[in-house]
Amino acid sequence: MDKFSHLTATAAPLNLANVDTDKIIPARFLKTIKRTGLGKDLFSALRYNDDGTEKPDFVLNQAKYRGAQILIAGENFGCGSSREHAPWALLDFGIRCVIAPSFADIFHGNCFKNGILPIALPPEICAQLMADAALGHNARLTIDLENQVVVRPDGTKIPFEVDAFRKHCLLNGLDDIGLTLAHAPAIDAYEAKMPAWQPAITGV
Amino acid sequence: MAGTTPRTLFDKVWDSHVVERLPDGTCILYIDRHLTHEVTSPQAFESLRLAGRKVHRPDATLAVVDHNIPTSDRSAGIEEPESRLQVETLERNVVEFGVPYFPVNDPRQGIVHIIGPEQGISLPGMTIVCGDSHTSTHGALGALAFGIGTSEVEHVLATQTLLQKPAKNMLVRVDGTLPPGCTAKDIILAIIGKIGTAGGTGHVIEYAGEAIRALDMAGRMTVCNMSIEAGARAGLIAPDETTFAYIAGRPYAPKGGALEQAVAYWRTLPTDAGAQYDKTVVLNATEIAPQVSWGTSPEAVVPITGAVPDPDAEPDDARRAQLRRMLDYMGLAAGQKLAGLPVDVVFIGSCTNARIEDLRAAAAIAAGRHVAAHVRALVVPGSGLVKAQAESEGLDKIFLDAGFEWREAGCSMCLGMNPDKLTAGQRCASTSNRNFEGRQGPGGRTHLLSPAMAAAAAITGALTDVREFS
Repeated sequence: MDKFSHLTATAAPLNLANVDTDKIIPARFLKTIKRTGLGKDLFSALRYNDDGTEKPDFVLNQAKYRGAQILIAGENFGCGSSREHAPWALLDFGIRCVIAPSFADIFHGNCFKNGILPIALPPEICAQLMADAALGHNARLTIDLENQVVVRPDGTKIPFEVDAFRKHCLLNGLDDIGLTLAHAPAIDAYEAKMPAWQPAITGV
Repeated sequence: MAGTTPRTLFDKVWDSHVVERLPDGTCILYIDRHLTHEVTSPQAFESLRLAGRKVHRPDATLAVVDHNIPTSDRSAGIEEPESRLQVETLERNVVEFGVPYFPVNDPRQGIVHIIGPEQGISLPGMTIVCGDSHTSTHGALGALAFGIGTSEVEHVLATQTLLQKPAKNMLVRVDGTLPPGCTAKDIILAIIGKIGTAGGTGHVIEYAGEAIRALDMAGRMTVCNMSIEAGARAGLIAPDETTFAYIAGRPYAPKGGALEQAVAYWRTLPTDAGAQYDKTVVLNATEIAPQVSWGTSPEAVVPITGAVPDPDAEPDDARRAQLRRMLDYMGLAAGQKLAGLPVDVVFIGSCTNARIEDLRAAAAIAAGRHVAAHVRALVVPGSGLVKAQAESEGLDKIFLDAGFEWREAGCSMCLGMNPDKLTAGQRCASTSNRNFEGRQGPGGRTHLLSPAMAAAAAITGALTDVREFS
């Protein structure tokens, strides 16, 4: 996983509530055995016409947002399925940070596993950032994870909350599995005490 | 302290699975059962392989194919190359890593959330995960069951644990008796309509009350299945005699003395008197009518007697934009009545509603009637065993005589990863769980409802109040 510490980039405004994971990446694009290459299908239905041509009014099709690395969205972003293809598609497009009033739980967790920082901020703050984002690449936002602030184009600093453990993992690009395996003796001890009634799945 | 502070069902299952609590409160949570399928596992197995890691407990893992497979005759294999590659990749992985597997032509194959309970693999008090958000289904047994992403699939494969912080407790109590014509599906759609798609975010929902207690296990699974549509990663129902009777005799369930020991433990799981919930919502079942969704979010739901709302009445900009987009996508107008809206396709299936009880409810409406001439209607059983049971009861004949298609088990038109999908503009009455844009096929329009309501729509060719069918 790539580290995340500091990001200064263009933010794209996507002022829609309840953007679900089917909207982020429709199921027909999940037939892959890879994590990469999904960026071209990100927001497919919003982004392309039926004949495959781009919809010029969709935000990520506009020249000033093609290089956006931050997305500002409506409440409950990422609701729906557990597909990690959603953050993979965002990442493959180049998005490293999503700011919204709220996120769905599974999507929120999946972002951290892929070096994407989801930031939840009150709706009125998101509205200000949405207005900043509407200015395009003349108004870049800075995300400072170490100090937990979003810096607006006018220099105003907006503090945000982030889970300390997840912050630590993002800042250092840490692999959870390696961390957990350091506790292997505790897992072995737990397994040694498991109830006898719980059957193993054998003989399939 | 355990034993002195009253605890909820969720607290008890959580506490008994904490391997270690890290200084910041993150827990290493032990996972008893890991179910896996072809779509969300290939990248996880690939990463294990690259890191030289093994599956920690193959005997706590079960793999099955469900999302991608055709529901027509499968003896000749899978035609679609990308789907075939995912299935073949899973088949290579289960051999390489020694994971138990139900292949496509095994009679036990089916939708992962149907077969876990059906096989007695999902049991009360367990932690159960799967790379699929509808893992919440298994909470109907009193298990803590939730969907995970592929990185977490890999984490569970490698360690049999997850790094988690406890969710908050939410109680949804449904008092009273459900009126005739209403089902578990109507209960959960009414709940989502009331609390919204983010109403349960950050929480685990425990469903309780007279109307929940009265449900059979299939109904409880339907309710817990759609917890994620209310934003909750997991939904739970306390195990009781209905649960224990369901489990007894299932292939992988404990037997004899082990079952007695297990039941004695399971009886300790229900929430203690006086335990606190962070949030409580109460519904009266007597006020629930058959539900139908009109929009592209599961919260966009009304009774079949209702009408499409007016976006102009919504004060919030982002929400108003979403409502307008919904009406545009669904081809509906503000104020339009739902009853009588013509449908092109009817889908009876999915992990929400493809158990034998669901098929019986649909067959009871279909018996002696015929699907409207302009409608394509599919019945897709949740597993090979559900299909066999239905056939032994003659339900297949009822459906076929009525003009329904009788298919093989799989996820099918719930998400259109296999050839069963809507074409642009088609309107579908569906017993599945999500009505998102393009969910059942690009441009397809989904109306969520119960199996009986779906069967009624197939017969009349339009959204119909099933209570009008006597």
